[in-house]
Amino acid sequence: MFGALQTALLASLFLGLSCGLIGSYVVVRRMSLFGDTMSHAVFPGVVLGFFLQDEKNPYFILGCALLAGILGALMSGSLQRTTRLKQDASLGVVLVTFFAFGVGLHSLSPQTGVSSYLYGQIAAITDSDLLMMGGVSLLIVCAVALLRRPFYVASFDPGFARNLSYPVKVLDSIFAFLLAAAVVVSMQAVGVVLVSAMLITPAATAYLLTDRFSKMMMLSVGFSILAGMIGCLWSYQQLKTPTGPAIAISAAALFGLAFLFAPQYGVLAKYLRRRQQVRQIRRENTLQSLYRIKEQRSDGKRAVTLSELAQYRRRSPSHVLPELFSLKKVGLIESLSGRDVWQLTMNGEQRAAELIRNHRLWELYLINEADYQTDHVHDDAEKMEHVLKGDLLEALEKQLDFPTADPHGMPIPDPAKTSVLLREGGQK
Amino acid sequence: MYFMLGLGGFLAALPCSQVGTFLVIRRMSLVGDAMSHSVLPGIVLGFLISKSLSSPWLILGAGLAGFVTTVLIELIHQKSRIKQDAAIGVVFTTLFAFGVLLISRVSDKVDLDTDCVLHGDLEHLVQSDLVSFFSVSIPAPLLSLFVVALMVVGIVTLFYRVLFVVSFDTALASSLRYRPILSHYLLMALTSFVVVAAFQVVGAILVVSLLILPGATASLCAVRLPKVLLIAALHSLLSSVGGVCLAVWTDMNTGASIVLFGAFLFMLAWGFGPLDGLLWQQIRRRRKEA
Repeated sequence: MFGALQTALLASLFLGLSCGLIGSYVVVRRMSLFGDTMSHAVFPGVVLGFFLQDEKNPYFILGCALLAGILGALMSGSLQRTTRLKQDASLGVVLVTFFAFGVGLHSLSPQTGVSSYLYGQIAAITDSDLLMMGGVSLLIVCAVALLRRPFYVASFDPGFARNLSYPVKVLDSIFAFLLAAAVVVSMQAVGVVLVSAMLITPAATAYLLTDRFSKMMMLSVGFSILAGMIGCLWSYQQLKTPTGPAIAISAAALFGLAFLFAPQYGVLAKYLRRRQQVRQIRRENTLQSLYRIKEQRSDGKRAVTLSELAQYRRRSPSHVLPELFSLKKVGLIESLSGRDVWQLTMNGEQRAAELIRNHRLWELYLINEADYQTDHVHDDAEKMEHVLKGDLLEALEKQLDFPTADPHGMPIPDPAKTSVLLREGGQK
Repeated sequence: MYFMLGLGGFLAALPCSQVGTFLVIRRMSLVGDAMSHSVLPGIVLGFLISKSLSSPWLILGAGLAGFVTTVLIELIHQKSRIKQDAAIGVVFTTLFAFGVLLISRVSDKVDLDTDCVLHGDLEHLVQSDLVSFFSVSIPAPLLSLFVVALMVVGIVTLFYRVLFVVSFDTALASSLRYRPILSHYLLMALTSFVVVAAFQVVGAILVVSLLILPGATASLCAVRLPKVLLIAALHSLLSSVGGVCLAVWTDMNTGASIVLFGAFLFMLAWGFGPLDGLLWQQIRRRRKEA
């Protein structure tokens, strides 16, 4: 009925739908080991399904595999209830016991079809397999759609779910059953050993890209389908390549891309954000230094030379210069003669006054409320002033009862007044 | 012959049981599972270099793969919002997939098939060339298993205090300058070391059972760590002897039967173990009702 390519595409679709949906829950509930245990636990069911019937019957194998998965979940549950073993150990025991049972049974009477269930072989999927997979994944999609809200609440806040009088235990059992079903759908394509890859990797990829769970589920389904298609086509191209590893590696490649380039949580984006922040802080410090140098003078002269600034900041002139140029570009300072003499513009003056005010208010707060010593306070205030601003600062000022001088006796500037003064000064 | 099979199983299972007990105590069973999967590419690479399943290259390759696994997990876990369990899942499935892919690439050129690596082949090991060791002639792979077992037991004894304190009280460990991170890497290195030694006996997928089952069984029987370690060692001895008997009796794959016998011992401990045995729980409940 179906050609090779159609089989591959349909199998990836079913696989992606079931593993993508269930995998999202597995990742946010931190149940990776549970997923791995279930995927290994269905293996003896598969072997038994081959063992008991002369001809390969997908529905019989499905039944046996689901039964084995449920038995595994029950056993690990009762181990956790009746013994002192922690969750991970009881899952581990179930995993190895069931899998060894499958391997042992398989070695007693080797059936040819079994190995395609271990590592996945897309070419071995028949039309009736495909129908079974379609049916089961439809069931999973319907169940997840129906139980979306209870599952959602039970995943993120089990206590709240209990308060809403959701039957949390029943929900967990249904979830275990759906997980086993998802494993059954995908095991012929990826193999029981690597079903974990399909459950975890696409969902983890989606988790890097969004904060909303509904969006994460959709993305995770998309990534699963994509990885499934790439893997299936790859394994069709080279028949020697087992499908499971091909799919797992495709999924991992997608994860790697998201890990590096995700817009918000990617390593690159984080690095760039961090670098931008460091530069911003340096610029702000230069601005403040210009203000402070001017403040320390008695004659009120506004121009500052490069060497003066470099000495004040204890940096080399070549280190300070790029910051000066970028400040000039945004119109906060102007140069009076080439690169040697600089002064704050009106905007710059106001911005610097804001920053200084911020710094001095924080110093005052730390000394008054956090018992800092006067000579220790500068560094921590400096860290806070670049990050904590805005409304918080207004509250801070109110708490400190609108002070006018900082702990070192320096005036706390009021940016509004500064700008008025400057404007008047400019008019004269 | 049967004696050699049992001995081989025991020599592989003993170091696994000692390292695995610490994994179980530290709730790191998932890490053991991951490690046993992810050393596969290292093993295959080592085999491709040396053309033999019992050469130091394998240990080197597996050690490297284990190190890469640990580093990658930490990297993903720390540099992104992915939780540790998902990071472990992503890393070990990827490395395992690489391993299987490598095997399928080279399997027609060299004598390495998926079944042997994944399900183990103890008989093959025992039938390899004999070497003389203190005038006792034993198969060469068994000798290297013996050396590995001796080394691991030695290291665990030597670092017993460090491993003990780090497992139960990280804060105390760092105040004693035991360096929790360093001992984490020590445990990971030991894990990949014992995994590579044991994979030939039970196969790469089932190695995790040699890690988890003894520790889990022992922690149902005892509370104090030395006793737990001793019972885990006893479990590895009994399961390899019993497993070989089971394999001979039913003609089953030796690795699987060793694990199955180990699981049987675990069931015994679950039912009748002195600490959490279901039987005693039942009796206690009866007494309370009466």
